[in-house]
Amino acid sequence: MTTEVPSTSAERYVAVQQSEEFGRLRHIVRSFVFPMTAAFFLWYALYVLLSAYARGFMSTKLVGNINVALVFGLLQFVSTFLIAWYYSRYAARKIDPLAEQIYNEIESGDKKGTDA
Amino acid sequence: MEPHLLAAEVSTSTSRGLTITLFLVFVAITLGITIWASRQTKTATDFYAGGRQFSGFQNGMAIGGDYMSAASFLGIAGLIALYGYDGFLYSIGFLVAWLVALLLVAEYLRNSGRYTMADVLAFRMRQRPVRTAASVSTIVVSIFYLIAQMVGAGALVSLLLGIKADTTFLGMDADTAKVATIILVGALMIVYVVVGGMKGTTYVQIVKAFMLMTGALIMTLLVLAHYKFNLSELLGDAAQQSGKGDAFLEPGLRYGVESASASATFYSKMDLLSLGIALVLGTAGLPHILTRFYTVPTSRIARKSVLWAIGIIGTFYLFTLALGFGAAALVGGQAITAQDKAGNTAAPQLAQALGIDYLGGETGGAILLAVIAAVAFATILAVVAGLTLASSSSVAHDFYANVIRRGNASERDEVRVARISALVIGAVAIALSIFAQSLNVAFLVALAFAVAASANLPAILYSLFWKRFNTAGAMWSIYGGLIVAVGLVFFSPVVSGSPTAMFPDNDWHFFPLSNPGLISIPAGFLAGWIGTVISKESDADKYAELEVRSLTGHGAH
Repeated sequence: MTTEVPSTSAERYVAVQQSEEFGRLRHIVRSFVFPMTAAFFLWYALYVLLSAYARGFMSTKLVGNINVALVFGLLQFVSTFLIAWYYSRYAARKIDPLAEQIYNEIESGDKKGTDA
Repeated sequence: MEPHLLAAEVSTSTSRGLTITLFLVFVAITLGITIWASRQTKTATDFYAGGRQFSGFQNGMAIGGDYMSAASFLGIAGLIALYGYDGFLYSIGFLVAWLVALLLVAEYLRNSGRYTMADVLAFRMRQRPVRTAASVSTIVVSIFYLIAQMVGAGALVSLLLGIKADTTFLGMDADTAKVATIILVGALMIVYVVVGGMKGTTYVQIVKAFMLMTGALIMTLLVLAHYKFNLSELLGDAAQQSGKGDAFLEPGLRYGVESASASATFYSKMDLLSLGIALVLGTAGLPHILTRFYTVPTSRIARKSVLWAIGIIGTFYLFTLALGFGAAALVGGQAITAQDKAGNTAAPQLAQALGIDYLGGETGGAILLAVIAAVAFATILAVVAGLTLASSSSVAHDFYANVIRRGNASERDEVRVARISALVIGAVAIALSIFAQSLNVAFLVALAFAVAASANLPAILYSLFWKRFNTAGAMWSIYGGLIVAVGLVFFSPVVSGSPTAMFPDNDWHFFPLSNPGLISIPAGFLAGWIGTVISKESDADKYAELEVRSLTGHGAH
């Protein structure tokens, strides 16, 4: 048992990869996930850096005993939930339909038994 | 004497009996499920991936079950109870980490892999060297994690069952009970994996996640009700009881500690950054988490399961805030450290205090303590089962089937080897844990995350997104990240040269940080890049196939 796929499909995958449609799919995916990853990572890094080096700011009390540090920490939860929700919406609207379309095109190519 | 300590002694026998009964009920139910699952397990896909038939919610719960270890439940609650705000850093890092899995890993892994992490890493590389490397790092990460959990279980049993130094339980003193617990936990995890495979293990995770969420929710509601749902009042009381005042609610009591020595302060802050980066980047490289994405039918359901997991895990970590600060306020640091210096019993002690106040005195306290203690054991058991499954899958599918048999092993053979591997890995983990039980191995969880982030994550991300990446790059990043992370920890103050070290009487340390991530994670990425560019190998056709399959799901198993 191997994880190899028949090498006859290799040319077709290359053709699909170089198609304009697939380029658009790649762009839709990467233009979302890479900047978003950078954003949440920097936002998290800012939180860790402030915890290490901005103790005065973090200890500022806002309401009662609730200080900036706690609110900043809770905002990390909020941003994580929001990014997850936003990504699922983006993926369902932009990524999934195009991915499915390309998938179906490859499948119908398979049925004909010829290269695309 | 502290009131709750006294109560602990009075109600020990009631609570102990109930803890054991509840735990046996959990074991009976999960063993029943395991035997049922074994009848449904016929193919390799059933054994490795639970037949790929779980729903998004089921797998989301199971991910929560695999992820929320005793380190999260007991460890974070204890850290917050003793050091206040700093414990919260763990909760945040462990949660934000899921965005890496959601955005960059889960769907693509599901689309292009089959059973293990190495399926994706070796997709366009030379199979044998890359699968060997992936198998090595899978086993290293899993064994570190396993030992930490099993030693933790041994340390907890005497505390949770209230076995004192001079008393015995079923004729066992505290030390014998520790060893017996490690063997029992190890034996049960072997049975879950060998008999139930991924299907059985997944249901065990789901049951455990449900129990843990319910237990934590009840305690959180009781704590908040005690303060009439006024968070500020809870925090104020916790700060006052801790004796540290406002500092208890601010960063700096445990990590990034500011002291008179400028260099000690500098290293302490670097260590905080180092821990922070390993927490957020480690999750998406943990083999037992990665294999969970294969248990669902499609990449879209894999995405859904991560969304569920983020909701479940995020809610749980919000509970830990109430549990930790609640324990600080209602139990008190003194009473907690009297039971366990590391604070691991803060959550069970809080359960007892809440039970006494709200569920009818002593008996109520004993009942809630017993429930939470049983939840803690269920938590440990489920996590170690997940780890054993991931490492035995890698041994069978990567090392045996693809390295030794060069891809010519039959499905039956592969599953047989996976079961034998689970037995062997389980036995090795039991033996190592018994050997390590007197040593301080709490750092092993953080080390497992650091290795996952330094060795596995660079290789996974390069594989999925970098066309030029090749066999040499994969091996350099895996072995490079692994060696740097483990090497730095070996020469750090957590292994030697400090009173809390694994070997406190020796000193060979020269690396000043306890957490290697700040150096080892960039080192892993750098090594992967260097290895790639110095090798001429590059397979553009295979990358085309990987890219098309990972983004469209074509040819997915």
